[in-house]
Amino acid sequence: MPELLAVEDLSLGFRTDAGLARVLDGVNLAIQPGQIMGLVGESGCGKTTLARTVLGILPRHAALIERGRIRFERSDLLSADDTTLNDQVRGKAITFIPQDPFTSFNPVFPIGTQMMEIMRWKSPRRAQDGGHNTRARRAADRDAVLAMLDAVQLPQPRQVLAKYPHEVSGGQRQRLMIAMALLPEPRLVIADEPTTALDVTIQAQILKLLRRLATERGVAVLLTTHDLGTAYEICDAITVMYAGQEVEAAPTDAFFRHPAHPYTARLLASLPRADGKVLGIPGEVPNLLAPPAGCRFHPRCERAEPACSRSRPPVTLPGQGHAVRCYHPQA
Amino acid sequence: MDPILSVHGLRRYFPIRGPFNRRRGWIKALDDVSFDLMPGEILGLVGESGCGKSTLGKTLMGIHQPDAGSIRFEGAEIAGVAPRKNRKLRRHLQYAYQDPGTSLDPRWKIGSSLHEPLIIHTDLDQAARDKRVRDILAAVGLPATHLDLYPHEISGGQQRRVGLARILTLQPKVVILDEPTSGLDVSVQATVLNLFGELQRLFNLTYIFISHDLAVVRMMCRRVAVMYLGRIVELGPVEAIFDRPQHPYTRSLLAAIPRIGGARVTQDFWLEGEPPDPGNLLSGCRFRTRCPKAQAICAEEEPALSAAGGQQAACHFPG
Repeated sequence: MPELLAVEDLSLGFRTDAGLARVLDGVNLAIQPGQIMGLVGESGCGKTTLARTVLGILPRHAALIERGRIRFERSDLLSADDTTLNDQVRGKAITFIPQDPFTSFNPVFPIGTQMMEIMRWKSPRRAQDGGHNTRARRAADRDAVLAMLDAVQLPQPRQVLAKYPHEVSGGQRQRLMIAMALLPEPRLVIADEPTTALDVTIQAQILKLLRRLATERGVAVLLTTHDLGTAYEICDAITVMYAGQEVEAAPTDAFFRHPAHPYTARLLASLPRADGKVLGIPGEVPNLLAPPAGCRFHPRCERAEPACSRSRPPVTLPGQGHAVRCYHPQA
Repeated sequence: MDPILSVHGLRRYFPIRGPFNRRRGWIKALDDVSFDLMPGEILGLVGESGCGKSTLGKTLMGIHQPDAGSIRFEGAEIAGVAPRKNRKLRRHLQYAYQDPGTSLDPRWKIGSSLHEPLIIHTDLDQAARDKRVRDILAAVGLPATHLDLYPHEISGGQQRRVGLARILTLQPKVVILDEPTSGLDVSVQATVLNLFGELQRLFNLTYIFISHDLAVVRMMCRRVAVMYLGRIVELGPVEAIFDRPQHPYTRSLLAAIPRIGGARVTQDFWLEGEPPDPGNLLSGCRFRTRCPKAQAICAEEEPALSAAGGQQAACHFPG
């Protein structure tokens, strides 16, 4: 089966006063249709930048794409023109769930107005009437909105539409965000740390909801997170990034049972445990203005050899669907 | 052994103001909170946002004045005492904010920042202060050359260590750590937690560890207090609470943590809804609107903290 989304050898930098910050360095990522892919890494590893590149919402003047391709279905997102992207892809075939749902609503309009505004431009029914926002289409869209609010388990959908964003709680706002992301009937949803701002009990509810809706509708999800627990909960497969390079990609079960890359192993050993023995990772995340050559983890890696600093390791496959980029992977 | 800090019936209400500054109601951020803190222990304080855990920490520190109740520190009452009289006691009680590094003055060298609390609170001369500062800096794992640097010249993690050193220069007995690891990556969090453990052994400290992260609390603490909407709903040894939770809220909180390698939480998580509006609490038990065990008595009578299993729980139907 062809991938829904394939990022190939993507390198990207941001122009700063101090020089080019090399944020992504030859990143590869593949998502199958309907798959929930977790993109895991620590802050500053480039996971949000990658998500934004796929959406095409990078700062236009600061970002410099050096090489690479992003294939979505049959089109190349990096070379496509803006009109096609706006009409067919962004907000329609690919939608976005932000980390902080509060700043994503306009505080001066009711929620219903904002949801109908989305439907005006991104409704799946838009093509039917030659793009005109007819009364019949508005009624159908409104029914779709109400059905979706019901699906995300918001009590009293009609009343919610009349409320302003500050009148609903954080968990409800995130439910509204999920509803808005699913309304255009996308093929891929990019969720950027969707539960980081929420409490654990609400996080469990939201993750459960996201997982159920994505599976029911066959929507693929790219979920960026720094929390391995969240990734374990709902992802089918996981890709780990470190300092702008992907280091390991595997199906969830294989990933947690046999982590092969030294960075992944140390990350798992850093999780708090009941017996109190945790290992951190010595050293600090590299400066992206002058990143180390080869594998960017080698200055902190206990198994580093001269080869690691010369060139980036090629992909090795220790198991079915399990890809590692390391010269000395763990057996 | 006598408790080092003893809190009884502590209450802190915040008024909700309507038009023309008229009071419309109260948010009961702390409502009859009582517990004892033993010397040398780490007490975890967990709960979701808005449950009053930070208000409790700040009320203990005297940043908020309690509306009722007593706080006894080594047998002496410290609630509602004038700040000037309190200063002698307060140096033994310190509060570490989420990122202690950000409380450093950017225009002061680290040495000056570390000397300042000693100048205010002690009569030590320059040489004695200098020795104390160097000892503390070594204890948090920084070289003495850092004394002549400005905060922007060192990394964020080192700033955090300096912030901790500043809290420890006065040799406090109790340190309140307010969400000390939130916003940290797991690899950094592990080193910070190990540092807290070392410092506790080295200086014989007592911690109150406020956190929403139950996995961290389980690792660090000996006793845990679980809070829900301004009340302690369960209090007891860490093993008892994590292995045999008695209060339904504690159960749901524990059930919500993802367990790598275990069953998926998202497949059978039963707790529905969100905490009710804290400004408009219902009668009886505060958890009853979300509780699967709720019965008529829960709406009539607010359960008190009472022994259940190896711990105390505030529930009519524990277990």
